[in-house]
Amino acid sequence: MDSFFIITSLLKIIGILFVVILPMVSYAVYAERRVSAFIQDRLGPNRVGPAGLFQPIADMFKLLLKEDFTPRAANTFYYWLAPCLAVMPAIITIAVVPFGSTLFGVPMVIADVNVGILFVFAIASLGVYGIVIGGWASNSKYPFLGGIRSSAQMLSYELSLGLAVVPVFMVVGNLQLTSVVRYQIAHGWFIAAFVGDWINPWKWLLAVPMIISFFVFMIAIFAETNRLPFDLPEAEQELAGGYNTEFSSMKFALYFLGEYAAMITGSAVVVTLFFGGWHFPGIPDGSHGWIFGLINIAVFFTKVTVVIFFFMWIRWTLPRFRYDQLMRLGWLFFFEIALVNIFLVAAILPFIRP
Amino acid sequence: MAITVPRPKLNWRERLYMPAIVAGLAITFKHFKNMLLGRTKVTMQYPEQKWDSSLPDHYRGAPALVRDEDGRVRCVACQLCEFICPPRAIKIVSGEIPSKDRFAKVEKYPEAFDIDMIRCIFCGMCEEVCPEQAIFLRKDYAITGFTRADMVHHKEKLLEIGGVMHGVVLKWNEKK
Repeated sequence: MDSFFIITSLLKIIGILFVVILPMVSYAVYAERRVSAFIQDRLGPNRVGPAGLFQPIADMFKLLLKEDFTPRAANTFYYWLAPCLAVMPAIITIAVVPFGSTLFGVPMVIADVNVGILFVFAIASLGVYGIVIGGWASNSKYPFLGGIRSSAQMLSYELSLGLAVVPVFMVVGNLQLTSVVRYQIAHGWFIAAFVGDWINPWKWLLAVPMIISFFVFMIAIFAETNRLPFDLPEAEQELAGGYNTEFSSMKFALYFLGEYAAMITGSAVVVTLFFGGWHFPGIPDGSHGWIFGLINIAVFFTKVTVVIFFFMWIRWTLPRFRYDQLMRLGWLFFFEIALVNIFLVAAILPFIRP
Repeated sequence: MAITVPRPKLNWRERLYMPAIVAGLAITFKHFKNMLLGRTKVTMQYPEQKWDSSLPDHYRGAPALVRDEDGRVRCVACQLCEFICPPRAIKIVSGEIPSKDRFAKVEKYPEAFDIDMIRCIFCGMCEEVCPEQAIFLRKDYAITGFTRADMVHHKEKLLEIGGVMHGVVLKWNEKK
């Protein structure tokens, strides 16, 4: 463990967390409000600063200054713990996602662990504890129902979430997220894998299971991050806000932060797995100069932003699924589709491996 | 008697739901795009743009006292408006006009005329009942204050809103 590694890792952690993720979360909230407003022919927050750009700062001050109220019947320890549990997994997950190529020879990923995607799933599924514990600790019926829904939703979707990405790793050959990106640079993005080796018709055939895989994974991510059309745990109309009903001030803000951080992490994983990570055709990686390293990072976060916009776009288009419909979809359709998809890729795989 | 509502039979394309979802996405994106390009004009940016110019003539805003052409407060403190006011928002203290005054024959004037704008319901009954055409509902609607005391319009404020009204009631001229 040399000191260079420790210093660069610390710099990356601080840089990615405080310079990129946290501002991105607060501006995702702002963007959500603006996008929803535009879709509904409204204007949204446009008063604080130019075009309302300082709105997140105002929101933050408002939430900090609100009364931090703990209901008397709540279980205080878990009541305090739950919001932290909601934020933590979303932020930890970003550690293994490669957000750039290299900058001054330092790889732009905080921890390039060789279990990559398993780490993502292991940590991201902890996010449900924040909701379940929060719902239980509030000692109130609506948050409790929200927590129950959240755990049931998670059980129905975690399976298809995991199975949907198996084809990607079957093609790549290992679980490291950096090697997924490296493979996509060499063979084209998984969502449109026609770069290089495009004469091989099996390569074309591979696009079918890959698109199915992307489709199932994307839907599962929607359920995983509790976004509409699967935001059953916090269904405002049915559960009066769901698991966060009893929370106020910074605790509520942490839940909000956790939801949007999970959305950003989910988008980052989607971009890494299917949209080529930081790669853009024609732009070389960071070994050709630090400017390209910076451009790679910018490309990655631009892609993430586009996926986040898609998240919002879906949210303000589709109505919420009913509880039983969601379970039915998860267990009877996406689980099977993902499973069959694996066999499909396995059948194609021998023909495209060189 | 229970009525069974028949569910429509969906064909396989409708059962996929994808065409409907894509159509929905297209609609919302159209709205988003039109708003972004500024083609949709729905919202009025309130403090900058106001619809004051398009208020109708019969608009009932803040009540106000008016002066006549000679600069006299038209109100003669008859207290009819105080009596008719449904929420009892008006308080009048009447005073006597000294006998050497030019308008001595009017006899009374309002020493204090307070309208509590928290209570006022803008019904316009004061305007209707006034025999002197001294109180009118003007087009001011943004009435604000930090305290309850701020929200009481005193005589000066009412006259400031009202201004001068050239009206039909001319019975207090010296010539008459």
